[in-house]
Amino acid sequence: MKTAFRTRVLQLAAILLLLAAWQFLPGKVVNQHFLPPLSEVLKTIFALLTANELQRHILISLKRIAGGLGVALVIGAPLGLLMGWYREFEQIVDAPLQAGRQISALALFPVFILLFGIGELSKAIIIFWAAFWPILLNSTVGVKHIDPVLIRSARSMGAGGWSLFLELIAPAAAPSIFTGIRLGASYAFMVLVAAEMVGADAGLGFLVLNSQETFKIPEMYAAIITLCLFGLLINHLLLYAEKRATRWKQLRAGA
Amino acid sequence: MASVQIEHLTKTYSSNSKVETLALDDLSLTINKGEFFALLGPSGCGKSTLLHIIGGLSSASGTILINGEPVKGPGLNRGIVFQEYALFPWKTVLENVAFGLKMKGVPKKERDLKAREYLALVGLSGFEERYPDQLSGGMKQRTAIARALAFDPEVLLMDEPFAALDAQTREILQEELLRIWEKTGKTVIFVTHSIEEAVYLAQRVAVITARPGRIKEIVEIPLPEHRTAEEDIRSSAVFTEVRHRLWKLLSEEVVNSGALNGYGRPQTVTREVGEKAPLRLAARERTGEA
Repeated sequence: MKTAFRTRVLQLAAILLLLAAWQFLPGKVVNQHFLPPLSEVLKTIFALLTANELQRHILISLKRIAGGLGVALVIGAPLGLLMGWYREFEQIVDAPLQAGRQISALALFPVFILLFGIGELSKAIIIFWAAFWPILLNSTVGVKHIDPVLIRSARSMGAGGWSLFLELIAPAAAPSIFTGIRLGASYAFMVLVAAEMVGADAGLGFLVLNSQETFKIPEMYAAIITLCLFGLLINHLLLYAEKRATRWKQLRAGA
Repeated sequence: MASVQIEHLTKTYSSNSKVETLALDDLSLTINKGEFFALLGPSGCGKSTLLHIIGGLSSASGTILINGEPVKGPGLNRGIVFQEYALFPWKTVLENVAFGLKMKGVPKKERDLKAREYLALVGLSGFEERYPDQLSGGMKQRTAIARALAFDPEVLLMDEPFAALDAQTREILQEELLRIWEKTGKTVIFVTHSIEEAVYLAQRVAVITARPGRIKEIVEIPLPEHRTAEEDIRSSAVFTEVRHRLWKLLSEEVVNSGALNGYGRPQTVTREVGEKAPLRLAARERTGEA
């Protein structure tokens, strides 16, 4: 109990120290035009919020993430489950998928722009590409790690085909699929910012680069902080969803 | 009346394309309706394989009839209890027990009612909403037994169900199983490597030979019908005598399998009937094939 409290206090102190450094070092150690103090950045965030400007960028970024990640999940998870279950299918598609996995989403962005234009579609596809691989691979691994005795047990009670998939394969692989979704979301984030820096007129990534180019440095930091909080929020929401969906994993004997 | 009829069952494994291993060799066996029948044998003799084949989880040449109907695959006329419990960790105890009924297409209300009934039978009322990870080993196996009984199979197949439990829990569950068997009147086929367990539970015990698996001898256990009512039946003269007879039959096979495998020298089995020999078997079972 006591050490837990002490850790808490020190944790808080570390955060405060960092924030204090940001507040008081600009103008003394670093150029405050390039790194304005925290209070000024917070003021800018507040101003952007009251002007409804920040919300607009957040919403657009959120739509892009949700689209790319959603499609990656809808295609990646079932495909991964199939690959995990049917060994021969996995062997057949393994080579092209391994090759595809190695190609960075950013490297393909010029290709997507050529094929799908510079609009929303190519942005959604690049996010999809980044999020797809971890979801696919973790779904495959999830199925491969199912205890064979559970499969025998389900089959002995007449499960097969769809019922085996719904009752056994999907729930057994769920924790692994969730790991894939969280990894996919964080990759999607990285790629989102890059995509919004090329040929976009809105979105948090656009806001970062555009503010820098027009020398609105506090706005740039406001956008970066928003990106950070946005990412943390999404990760927490996914963790929460995961805990809800795999409640049985959190329980242990005696709990 | 025959409940399970096994005729000329032969099973070969091919570990690689060149070597074929004969696991079961022309095995025939008839098990009566309502009988408690034990399969006793050294590790690797194929007794678990035989159980899986009866369960329809593994194929072999020959025929198996359940109440005259040939086995073509898994089916709800047989319920299997595995040594590893094999409960679905994402389902509650109640949902686990109701699983077979769900697969049978029984409506939710009805199957929950049935599942509760069988949970009461195994002494787990009040644990319906728990998850398997919250249960002890003994409780997990009780749940697994309730699950295998809930869909009312003709035959209960048990694959060393108590081998992973501590000695005390094992004895309690053996007694419980006899009580449940007496109450439900199911045909039980029980695989074990423990002589004590086979003698205590079964009406007849088939000793299986070391690989390839054949039936060496079927021994009737001349103990009274209601064993749970007897006090300390394990110390009775009849019990000791049958146990010794089975021990002699089994020890020859352990020597054989030991010689074949290159370990387990004869000394280990010429020791007077003991807990040690089955334990050695258990250890080897994990490293060898199941």
